[in-house]
Amino acid sequence: MEKFTTLTGVAAPMPLVNIDTDMIIPKQFLKTIQRSGLGKNLFDEMRYDEKGNEIEDFVLNQPAYRNAEILIAGDNFGCGSSREHAPWALLDFGIRAVISTSFADIFFNNCFKNGILPIVLPEDQVQYLMNDASKGANARITVDLESQVVTASDGTQFPFEVDAFKKHCLLNGLDDIGLTLEKVSEIDAFEGKAKTLYPWA
Amino acid sequence: MTAPKTLYDKIWDAHLVDQADDGTCLLYIDRHLVHEVTSPQAFEGLRMAGRKVRAPNKTIAVPDHNVPTTEGRENPDQMPEESRIQVAALDSNARDFGIHYYPVSDIRQGIVHIVGPEQGWTLPGMTIVCGDSHTATHGAFGALAHGIGTSEVEHVLATQTLIQRKAKNMKVEITGKLRPGVTAKDITLSVIGATGTAGGTGHVIEYCGEAIRDLSMEGRMTVCNMAIEGGARAGLIAPDEKTFEYVKGRPHAPKGAAWEAALAYWQTLFTDEGAHFDKVVTLRGEDIAPVVTWGTSPEDVLPITAVVPSPGDFQGGKAEAVKRSLEYMGLTPGQKLSDIEIDTVFIGSCTNGRIEDLRAAAAILKGKKIKDGLRAMVVPGSGLVRAQAEEEGLAQIFIDAGFEWRLAGCSMCLAMNPDQLSPGERCAATSNRNFEGRQGRGGRTHLLSPAMAAAAAVTGRLTDVRDMMTETV
Repeated sequence: MEKFTTLTGVAAPMPLVNIDTDMIIPKQFLKTIQRSGLGKNLFDEMRYDEKGNEIEDFVLNQPAYRNAEILIAGDNFGCGSSREHAPWALLDFGIRAVISTSFADIFFNNCFKNGILPIVLPEDQVQYLMNDASKGANARITVDLESQVVTASDGTQFPFEVDAFKKHCLLNGLDDIGLTLEKVSEIDAFEGKAKTLYPWA
Repeated sequence: MTAPKTLYDKIWDAHLVDQADDGTCLLYIDRHLVHEVTSPQAFEGLRMAGRKVRAPNKTIAVPDHNVPTTEGRENPDQMPEESRIQVAALDSNARDFGIHYYPVSDIRQGIVHIVGPEQGWTLPGMTIVCGDSHTATHGAFGALAHGIGTSEVEHVLATQTLIQRKAKNMKVEITGKLRPGVTAKDITLSVIGATGTAGGTGHVIEYCGEAIRDLSMEGRMTVCNMAIEGGARAGLIAPDEKTFEYVKGRPHAPKGAAWEAALAYWQTLFTDEGAHFDKVVTLRGEDIAPVVTWGTSPEDVLPITAVVPSPGDFQGGKAEAVKRSLEYMGLTPGQKLSDIEIDTVFIGSCTNGRIEDLRAAAAILKGKKIKDGLRAMVVPGSGLVRAQAEEEGLAQIFIDAGFEWRLAGCSMCLAMNPDQLSPGERCAATSNRNFEGRQGRGGRTHLLSPAMAAAAAVTGRLTDVRDMMTETV
């Protein structure tokens, strides 16, 4: 997994609430057996018409936001299906951070496994950043994971919370499985105990 | 004396392998269900790292999302190339890693969340995960069950554990009795209508109360299935005699002395008197009506007797979302929900593809025909549900009414196989998501119960099933 330390980039505003993972990556693109290559189909049905032509007013089709690296989104971003194809598509497009008032649980976790930082901020702060992002490509927002601060283009700073373990993994690009396997003796011990307590499981 | 615990607390504590100082926990996983869409990258990850599946005996795979539901599907040529590759990948991964597997040709094949309980893999008190958000279904047995992403699928395959933080406890109580024509689907949609799709975020919901106790296991699975649609990590219902009765004798349920030991343990799985819930929601069973969704979020739900709302009825970002969804759905504020004409009826999915669902729909359809020109299909949740429905004569009722009688799979719930809506096509569906494009690009979905779907099939519009029930009485 690629590390996440600090990022300064263009932020795209997506004020719609309840953006679900079916919108982020529609089902016809889940048939891949790879993780890569989904960026071109990110938000496919909002981004292209039925003939495959770009829909001009969709935010990521506008010249200012074609290289966006941050999304500022409405409440409950990433709800619905558990498909990790959603963060894979975001990452493949180049999005490394999403800022919203709330995220759906599974999507939130999936982001951290893929080097994407989801940030929860209060409504007024998300609105501030939404307005900032609406100014276009000159309004670059900075996300600093080490110091846990988002900085708007005018220098206004918003501190954010992040789980210490998830932060550690993201800052260092660590693979969860490797870390867990360091505890294999604890897992062995648990299985031994469970065999006596719950032999039917 | 120890502090009183919720059911969630008890299952959590019984599976804790390790807890770090910062509260990050390692949770042991008893059952890992696997399907073809969210697993290929996980198995590939194992191969690349030279890792094995730690507990192949606790890992169960079945293809369901992509598979066609038409006859002759054992022939791989029936599938589009990409679907064929994905199903073939599951075939070979199951073989290579030595996990339990129900291929398309096996009568036990079906939707993963229907197969698990049916085969007795799902047992009370277990932790169960699957790379699928509707894993919440298994919570109906008093098992802690939730969806995970593909990276976590790989993590569970390699370690049989999951890195987790404990969620908060939420209680949803449905008091009293349900009125005639009101089902488990109406309960679960009404709860989401009351709490919103983010109302359960960060929580595990325990459903309780007389109306929940009165539900069959099938009904309880319907309720828990949609916990995720309310944003919850999982839904739970404490096991009782109905649960034990359902589980007993299933192929992978414990037998003999092991059954007795299991039963003694399962009887301790309930929330202690005085245990703390962080959030409590109570609905009166008597107040719940047969409902339908009108928008593109499961929280957009109203009794069938209501009218389409207006964006002005909502505040903030939701008003904008409602404007967008009414446009997408082709509906006008003030329009009666029961005047909405439909093109298609879909009965099936992990929400409502079990035998009781088919019985409820068939009871309405018996001796009737579907509206001329309507497309209607029943997709049983598993090969065994299909066989049972044929034995009970339900299949013939559907066929006589004009329904297509399909083979088991996820089908039009998410339209990854050829069962899809066309742009603008309007569908009454017993599935779980009415998102934009969910059942096919431009398709319009109204979620409802199997009985309501059957009623809509007869009249060709969204219909109050209670009107049709008086007819039969």
